[in-house]
This record gives sequence, C-alpha cells and structure tokens, in this order.
Amino acid sequence: MIPAAFTYKKAGSVEEALSLLAEHGDDAKLLAGGHSLLPLMKLRLAVPEVLIDLGGLHELSYVREDGDEIRIGALTRHHDLEHSELLAREVPLLAHAAGTIGDPQVRHRGTIGGSLVHGDPASDLPAVALALDAVLVAQGPSGRREIPATEFFTDFFETALGEDELLVEIRVAKNPAQGWDFQKFTKRAIDWAVVGVAVAGDRVALVNMGPAPMRARGVEEALASGASPAEAAERAAEDTSPPDQASATADYRKHLAKVLVRRALEAAAARRA
Amino acid sequence: MQVSINVNGEQRSHEVEDRTLLVQYLRDDCGLTGTNIGCDTTSCGACTVLLDGESVKSCTVLAAQADGHQVTTIEGLADGDELHPMQRAFQRKHGLQCGFCTPGMVMASVSLIEENPNPTEAEVRAGLEGNLCRCTGYHNIVEAVLSAAEEKQGAAE
Ligand SMILES: Cc1cc2nc3c(=O)[nH]c(=O)nc-3n(C[C@H](O)[C@H](O)[C@H](O)COP(=O)(O)OP(=O)(O)OC[C@H]3O[C@@H](n4cnc5c(N)ncnc54)[C@H](O)[C@@H]3O)c2cc1C
Ligand code: FES
Ligand code: FES
Repeated sequence: MIPAAFTYKKAGSVEEALSLLAEHGDDAKLLAGGHSLLPLMKLRLAVPEVLIDLGGLHELSYVREDGDEIRIGALTRHHDLEHSELLAREVPLLAHAAGTIGDPQVRHRGTIGGSLVHGDPASDLPAVALALDAVLVAQGPSGRREIPATEFFTDFFETALGEDELLVEIRVAKNPAQGWDFQKFTKRAIDWAVVGVAVAGDRVALVNMGPAPMRARGVEEALASGASPAEAAERAAEDTSPPDQASATADYRKHLAKVLVRRALEAAAARRA
Repeated sequence: MQVSINVNGEQRSHEVEDRTLLVQYLRDDCGLTGTNIGCDTTSCGACTVLLDGESVKSCTVLAAQADGHQVTTIEGLADGDELHPMQRAFQRKHGLQCGFCTPGMVMASVSLIEENPNPTEAEVRAGLEGNLCRCTGYHNIVEAVLSAAEEKQGAAE
C-alpha cells in the first residue's frame, strides 16, 4: 500500500510551517511522527496534496522544568517521554502511559503532539492529558494561545486546534505527591486499549468510552463527597457512549470501565500512602 | 525529490517520488531486499530497520523523512564474513524457522539490547511486542536475544 501522490515539504522552523500551512490551507496536512497519518494515507482515508514535515523542528522536542510546571515540546517522541528522568520524578503518569503505547518501533516515531491533535478516543495520551489537567499551547498566525485539555477534545477525531495552528507545547503541573495510575486493557500485543483509565489525584479520565476522550465526572463527584474507590467506580459508565463492536460490546466496555476505574483508584491510593 | 541517505555506512543519493516509503526505497532503489514487507500496516515488524540507531517500521516512514539520516538494514550488520553477535546468537539458539520475520526480529533485537543491555526475559518479550513470527518460534528468539545480551555483557567486563 502506497499513499496517493503528494508534494513533500520540510519545515525548517515553526514560522515556516505556519506559512506553508497558510499557503496551502485545506490541501495540506502536518506530519509529525507519521504513525497515525501515514497508515491513513496508505489506506487513502487521508489524501493530502501537500505534506508539511515537522520532523526537523528539533526545538519542539524537549521535557523541561519551569517553576512548578513541566513543559513538553509537541514533537517529543513517546520513547523520550518514557525514558525522561524528569517526568519519572515529576509526572510519572505521563512517562508510564507513554511506555504502554504500541510497541518500541511505534514509540521511536510517534509524538505527544501528534497523539493529542489526532484526537483518537482510543489513544492513551489524550486521557492522560485530561487527568493531568494539562494546558496545550497552540501557535497560529496571530501568536500563541493556551487551551485547557478539558476544552481541547471536542468530538470524534476533532479538536479545538485551528486549521492554521500548530500545537507547540504541553504544560502540566508537577504532581509527584499525588496518587496516580494508568490501567489499559488490551486483547493482544500492540493493541489500542479496549478501555483505559488515567488517574491523577482526584481527576479520572477514560480511554475509548465515547466519541472523544473524557473525564469521568460522576466518579470525581463521588470521590469529592467521600466515596470509597469501589463506590466511586460504580459511576464510571455515567454519560459514556462507548463503541459497540462484536469484539467488545458497549455493555462490556461499561462493565470494564467500572472494574478498571476501581483498580486505578485503589492503585493510586496505594501510591499516595 | 532527491534523497540522500547513509545506508549501511554508504552515502546514497536517489531521485524518488515524494510518496516513496523507506522500505520501498531500500528494496527497490538500493536493491537491499533483506528487509521484508509482511503486513504493510505497521503491525508485524518484518520491515524493521534502524534509523539513527533506533528500530523503526520502514513501511511507515517516508524515504523523505530519512533524508540526511543514517539507516542500517540486516545487510549492514555483518562485518565482512564476520556475523554480528545478534546474528550469531540467532544461529546458535536456532531463533528462526522459515526466516521471514528474522531480519526484522534481529534489527528490533539489536535496538532493544542497545537501549537495555541487560534485559530480563519479560523485558525481551515486551521489547519484541512489535514483531510477529508466523512460525511462532518465539521461545528460541527470546533465548537468542538473552544469549546475545549475555555475550555482550561478558565482552564488556
Ligand atoms: C501499530 C501502532 C500501534 C499504536 N498503538 C497505540 C496505542 O496503543 N496507544 C496510542 O495512544 N497510540 C497508538 N498508536 C498511535 C501512535 O501513538 C501515533 O504515533 C500517534 O497517535 C500520532 O503521533 P504522530 O507523531 O505519529 O502523528 P502523525 O501521524 O504525524 O499526525 C497525526 C495527526 O496530528 C497532526 N499533527 C501532528 N503533530 C501536530 C502538531 N504539532 N500540531 C498540529 N497538528 C499536528 C497531523 O497533521 C495529523 O493529523 C499506534 C500506532 C501504530 C502504528
Ligand atoms: S511490513 Fe511494516 S510492520 Fe509489517
Ligand atoms: S521464522 Fe517464520 S515467521 Fe518467524
């Protein structure tokens, strides 16, 4: 399988990427690690006329400390998140979850920015960004703006990022003292989660339980009013609409969400203690 | 477009279509057919090569993305007639049956040991998650990787 013909452009800077995007508009797609986009292009589900490669923007690949925050460049690869000592110490949930994505080859190429912008509800990092209350920094023709993760994922493969914008940075508060956990249920090696759960402190987010990655608000409310992990987990399927497939029905996923939320809350509590 | 890639230590330049995949470039333009195409969908790992020393699935990388970088394929591992320690370990432990997955398995294993020189059996199994063996010869593949790691550790001491 070979993608349909396109013109390849390599961006030498964020500014150049933005001006190429402005020039080619709807006909263009940005390419980061390519591990979501290239498979779609090979299946001809995406047929861009111009591909703007961000791969040379090394200035957007970093994990950095800034006061109470950790800043992560959008082009940072899953592999580098997984092996970052700074993340292991300050945001262990992100380092751990990045290490569960796909396989080593996928993690050598895929980036956090690509994962978030792709907006796949079955992906791991969107739920992690929600649980961490991350702030996503977009850069467009009129400068930079900050988008809270809770406002970023709008619908099935849709995000709040403008067509003329680049995601450049992800900011998260340091949270080493909080309990955290990541549960991912897969059927086979390499697979995406049937259901996943990210917990950071009192925030809980779900993978693959609706058209967009989402917070489990019912569970969070229950925890806030003093419920035990097991009691709170009973509300995990509230307001969800998971995919209904022969391989995993919606009812099965709703049940699984309750089980995994309970496990995640218990593990997070054990880490906090 | 013109791509210039260091393949197995040799600088190569070719005119390719922009949409050329790295695996096609290696097989069709460079004539290096040791890298196999299995699934073509980023699942099986048969097409694994090293890009700047790290394992990647070359069916899901554009030749253009490798422009200016270094690629190592299975043909680039041996030093003349002297097999690479990982190749020797696969031979010693009989880590192959039909051999189709082998180039990808060996390249993924080289990258694995580079990142984790002293892996446990569980780490080897997890580290080869992206490589499928249709003959299901996983047991001896894992043995081979552990044996190569041991040999390398021994040499380092
Ligand atoms: C075999 C396989 C298994 C996988 N398993 C998992 C898994 O278990 N869990 C999981 O979460 N993911 C999984 N993935 C997906 C993987 O994590 C992708 O790497 C990731 O979703 C996309 O990141 P990328 O850098 O490859 O983005 P690309 O594919 O390059 O881009 C994806 C989209 O984001 C846009 N984009 C990228 N970067 C930016 C930016 N900085 N600003 C604006 N737009 C941008 C692109 O235009 C494109 O629309 C898997 C992929 C494969 C091939
Ligand atoms: S051919 Fe590339 S992963 Fe199967
Ligand atoms: S040895 Fe036959 S596919 Fe692995």
